[in-house]
Amino acid sequence: SVNPDLASERQTASFSVEKLTALLDGGAEQTRIRRAVVEAIESDPVFSRENQYFQTQNERYEAAVRKAVHLQKKMHEMGWTENGPEYKYIYRALSGDVAFLLHRVFMRSISVLGSDKQIAKWIPPATQHQLIGSYAQTELGHGTYLQGLETTAVFDIATQEFILNTPKISAMKWWPGDMGRSATHTVVFAQLYIHGKCYGIHPFIVQIRSLQDHSLCPGVTAGDIGPKMNFEHIDNGYLMLKNVRIPRDNMLSKFCEVRPDGTYVRQGSQKINYFTMTTVRISLISDEVLTPLMKACTIAIRYSAVRRQSKLKPGEQEAKILDYQTQQEKLLPQLAAAYAFHFINDYLQKLFDRGYREIQRKNFDMLPELHALSSGFKAVITHHCTAAVEICLRACGGHGYSLLSGLPSLYTKILASCIYEGENTILLLQTARFLIKCFMAASTGQPVPPSVTYLAAVKPEKCPAKKKSDFLNPDIYTEAYQHVAVRLISSTAAKLQDLVQSGVKKYDAWNQCTVQLVQAAKAHCHYITVKNFAETVEKLETKAGIQRIMKHLCDLFALHGIFSNTGAFLHDGYVSAAQMDMVTASYLDLLAVIRKDAVPLVDAFDFTDKSLNSALGSYDGQVYQRLYEWAQKSPTNKMSPAYERYLKPLLHNTLSKL
Amino acid sequence: AAAMSMNADLRRERAAATFQPELLTHILDGGPERTRRRKEIEALVLNDPDFQHEDLNFLSRSQRYEQAIRKSSLMVMKLREYGIADPEEIFWFKSFVHRGRPEPLDLHLGMFLPTLLTQATPEQQDRFFMPAWNLEIIGTYAQTEMGHGTHLRGLETTATYDPATQEFILNSPTVTSIKWWPGGLGKTSNHAIVLAQLYTQGQCKGLHAFIVPIRQLGTHEPLPGITVGDIGPKFGYDEMDNGYLKMDNFRIPRENMLMKYAQVEPDGTYVKPVSDKLTYGTMVFIRSIIVGDSARSLSRACTIAIRYSAVRHQSELKPGEPEPQILDYQTQQYKLFPLLATAYAFHFVGAYIKDTYHRISGDINAGDLSELPELHALTAGLKAFTSWAANAGIEECRMACGGHGYSRCSGIPDIYVTFTPSCTYEGENTVMMLQTARFLVKSYTQVSSGQQVTGTVSYLNDLSRQRIQPQHVAARTVTVRINDPLSLVEAYKARAARLVEAAAKNLQAELNHRKSKEDAWNRTSVDLVRASEAHCHYVVVKLFTAKLSEVSNAAVRAVLTDLCLLYALFGISKNTGDFLQAGILTSAQITQVNQHVKELLAVIRPNAVALVDSFDFHDVHLGSVLGRYDGNVYENMFEWAKKSPLNKTQVHASFHKHLKPMQAKL
Repeated sequence: SVNPDLASERQTASFSVEKLTALLDGGAEQTRIRRAVVEAIESDPVFSRENQYFQTQNERYEAAVRKAVHLQKKMHEMGWTENGPEYKYIYRALSGDVAFLLHRVFMRSISVLGSDKQIAKWIPPATQHQLIGSYAQTELGHGTYLQGLETTAVFDIATQEFILNTPKISAMKWWPGDMGRSATHTVVFAQLYIHGKCYGIHPFIVQIRSLQDHSLCPGVTAGDIGPKMNFEHIDNGYLMLKNVRIPRDNMLSKFCEVRPDGTYVRQGSQKINYFTMTTVRISLISDEVLTPLMKACTIAIRYSAVRRQSKLKPGEQEAKILDYQTQQEKLLPQLAAAYAFHFINDYLQKLFDRGYREIQRKNFDMLPELHALSSGFKAVITHHCTAAVEICLRACGGHGYSLLSGLPSLYTKILASCIYEGENTILLLQTARFLIKCFMAASTGQPVPPSVTYLAAVKPEKCPAKKKSDFLNPDIYTEAYQHVAVRLISSTAAKLQDLVQSGVKKYDAWNQCTVQLVQAAKAHCHYITVKNFAETVEKLETKAGIQRIMKHLCDLFALHGIFSNTGAFLHDGYVSAAQMDMVTASYLDLLAVIRKDAVPLVDAFDFTDKSLNSALGSYDGQVYQRLYEWAQKSPTNKMSPAYERYLKPLLHNTLSKL
Repeated sequence: AAAMSMNADLRRERAAATFQPELLTHILDGGPERTRRRKEIEALVLNDPDFQHEDLNFLSRSQRYEQAIRKSSLMVMKLREYGIADPEEIFWFKSFVHRGRPEPLDLHLGMFLPTLLTQATPEQQDRFFMPAWNLEIIGTYAQTEMGHGTHLRGLETTATYDPATQEFILNSPTVTSIKWWPGGLGKTSNHAIVLAQLYTQGQCKGLHAFIVPIRQLGTHEPLPGITVGDIGPKFGYDEMDNGYLKMDNFRIPRENMLMKYAQVEPDGTYVKPVSDKLTYGTMVFIRSIIVGDSARSLSRACTIAIRYSAVRHQSELKPGEPEPQILDYQTQQYKLFPLLATAYAFHFVGAYIKDTYHRISGDINAGDLSELPELHALTAGLKAFTSWAANAGIEECRMACGGHGYSRCSGIPDIYVTFTPSCTYEGENTVMMLQTARFLVKSYTQVSSGQQVTGTVSYLNDLSRQRIQPQHVAARTVTVRINDPLSLVEAYKARAARLVEAAAKNLQAELNHRKSKEDAWNRTSVDLVRASEAHCHYVVVKLFTAKLSEVSNAAVRAVLTDLCLLYALFGISKNTGDFLQAGILTSAQITQVNQHVKELLAVIRPNAVALVDSFDFHDVHLGSVLGRYDGNVYENMFEWAKKSPLNKTQVHASFHKHLKPMQAKL
């Protein structure tokens, strides 16, 4: 039965939860397909995550391999294919707890970087899992800066082979998933040398383990890099190569080729290749970033409606902690952010689909803008959502600290997203470089891409709000965000120019302004997110209360951003001190409004209990009973050898000299 | 492994420092003699083969618990053998043995024994204290329940007195009343001090403490009527058997209620305690430890991140030149140096609270409690303020180490998961901030009604003066000199005053609109927390600034002054809105502040490694491959990884079980 404290929350929903779920899924039909996939996966005991929190690294890894193998069978059984509508829901249904994710990257890099001949040779056996691939780019000493990679591939004309080497310890490949224990092959990125001349980084297919007995190939040293904060199920690996020889044909050669005589030939445009890298940053947002945040919100908000602590009114029952303003102020902005980023993700996906079509028609005009957007939004969304999950975790007090709450593993997993696929600070600086360039262009009247045309527009110098309800007008707050973005970008551009004019070298000037540049890039992304949220709300159907509640969330997201960064808006007097008090008042009022729909708003994310895997966040709200039952399953509750070995002598005073 | 020399980058960093790190270490320890003694105890532990063991990162939870209990047993024995009895020295010893981690006897040593000393009658001490001292009895302190943490009065466990048998009958009447979280309860303890609602003669007399045996002496099996166990895996605290305890009509003799203060007579008559203010003192003490812990944990994370950033090279700053140390990037300095300054600030705050506690504990024993309310309010807020900042700071340090920070070999994940519960335990931080706010609002009300207030809130007195002679915003701003710490203290003071006033006024406005006081308080609580934060921030800046004048060595004072300025200015740049809105600083001054922060980063840069060396963490204690003193990071990461459990066999078992059959089938 459902805990009455949670049941009552659902009775008063101001909107149709089912309609909102369909909106999030992109249509009722999508919801139906997703639910069918989830049902098929969750009803199969092989995919169970029931004991996940009690398992060791070795056990987690083995389970992930087992699931990956079983998944092949399942897909065949269900008639799911990689191009079918079900495919994108499988990973979500598994909560990512499956091996061979890098195998997919291995295959994609061959498809993108390989010649037709190479694709024909490698893709069929890879599809059949006759070999398992990984993708070895990052080294112990190099991550962000690809040109700095130290692995070498020297062409030997005599044997028509490349000789691969790890010349020093910092050149060891480090981190690639599936490489520590599973992979038989990997794409290695190495500096290509022909006749003693370096031609830069190129990809090579290298076999690392025997296809017969899985032992390491001669010259190969590989293993697992040891325990991490999460991803215990993945065997992130290291790889050292000593005079490993591979045939000339193993260099992926769609764009660059080494001819038998050692001639180096570059062919075609790599732009489409860069574009592929760029899209990865966007494609990870949904599964790796938004899903964990939505789960964390679901757990924390349901728990806050069940947990009662202290009294709000004397003589009454203890209050739900969700009724405390401070608790609302922790959780509801995170909920609003989950929706805001869901909509910006939709926007980015559509933009990238369009970009893809243009690029296929050899029109590369959109590339710089898409690159800047993907870098900036990857950084801003991963950073924001990671912080948000941690807030959810800490808002659950002591019980949030238990692994059984599900929150620690959501947190440790999402926070890796701030680092992989481009370290966030570096990415923001790439966006900033684009913004500065566009600002310069706009100020001299040159055309700029659509997302930055606002840099050229002339806008009022003061915020026109007269009363606190004015701040519930999307035009008012969107313009305030725009103003801040323009101010930060233009002042940083001016500063850069000043420095250069005063004789500072360009690169020094850049480094001296990087803190400001990062702030400018963030402000730009924040503005676009707010603007997109407001525009999305505008277009929603008014039926079933959806538009109204989304409008509240949009307002909350926007005002929370101002409330937590007041200085940026007050700085040049755009928002006055009195107006800022109106913002605060409006913002705090909204908390109480959204509070009423908080539980339905997380119900709409439509996570099953199995997928949440949380003693605190289940749909029925039977928190304490579940916590107690799950704890009893802990291996620590089997008799520990510690008693006989240490406790008994201690208690019986047989330890010498005690 | 062959002895390796020091990494060249770190050697260069250390040679370039403008001050002697040992001198700063002495200041942090409280004098050269304390440093010497600390290192002596450290050597005692670290050179002892009994305290060596495999890297804990490679052990399962059960194995980690087992190691911890082994070391704890030896620790108790050796402490007595060496005659170490000073609380601070015991703390050092314990911290070196367990490398800054919790251990299963923490609650026995830190709560069970002290509670016996303070709340047991002489007769009870005879019965329990020596057996507990000799570890025949191992106890814990069972207060928190599954459904109740913060709000003590809501605890549901009952102890009903039965005059017929002269026993208390203990019960856990609901699932939510199960005791949950107490350390050492799950597997280690055979006794617990249980907090329960006392019922006698049909009336509830509120919470009282009872000594409850939970496991059979000899067999260690749970006693009939007792259900006890481990609450399962957590984010951290793997060494600790946090436990649950459920009692079903479990009877204990009347003499097992701790009766130094309140009593139940044989016939069931209840005798009230005299005063409960005394418990304030203990809370102040425990919170001072958490503030110190915030400083230490953040210092460890900074040590790792800054040393690693001096060793790691990446990308290009100048075209054509070798890859620079990542510590040379402004964005990296901007992440790390303010945290370094924060770690120093919190060290001084922690020392201040501890000294103040010791100074007035004589007064407390003599019954003079006049200073206690303020100290209690202040430490509540500072506990929250410092633990929040340290919690976030540790994560920033980890992020600043990129991918390698995510590996457990960096040591930072462990620091984080061990530290983060301090935002919750001993008073949930938001609740703590609201306690401080209550005191601030009370002081503000006093000032408004014409009374003077003293101590850290005395700046509120100025508010009434301002009301008499309203100053123009511009008139107040010109006084702030951004290069002068004392002037910045004034700016923080003005910010605190403004936010306290705003919160108090909003509270009053709510009160005018609503009937319920509690409702009004709740609707103002976000403002109130902000006011408390501003107050605590002011106190930290003030204490850091005050410390500068105590430093005699000019070179050390210079570098601490840079850090103090950075701490104060960075705090302004992160909260510009408060200073702008109140008219304390102009936009032009804010721009100067931002600029000056960046200049200070460059000033501190040459001393960064020496400043973390001064924290003087031994490599074993630091537990980080990235933060090693010698900087030989990459070689040792490889050595470390080879020991991973997944590397135990060359071909993993799952190959034969799953991979091979699949390849055969397809």
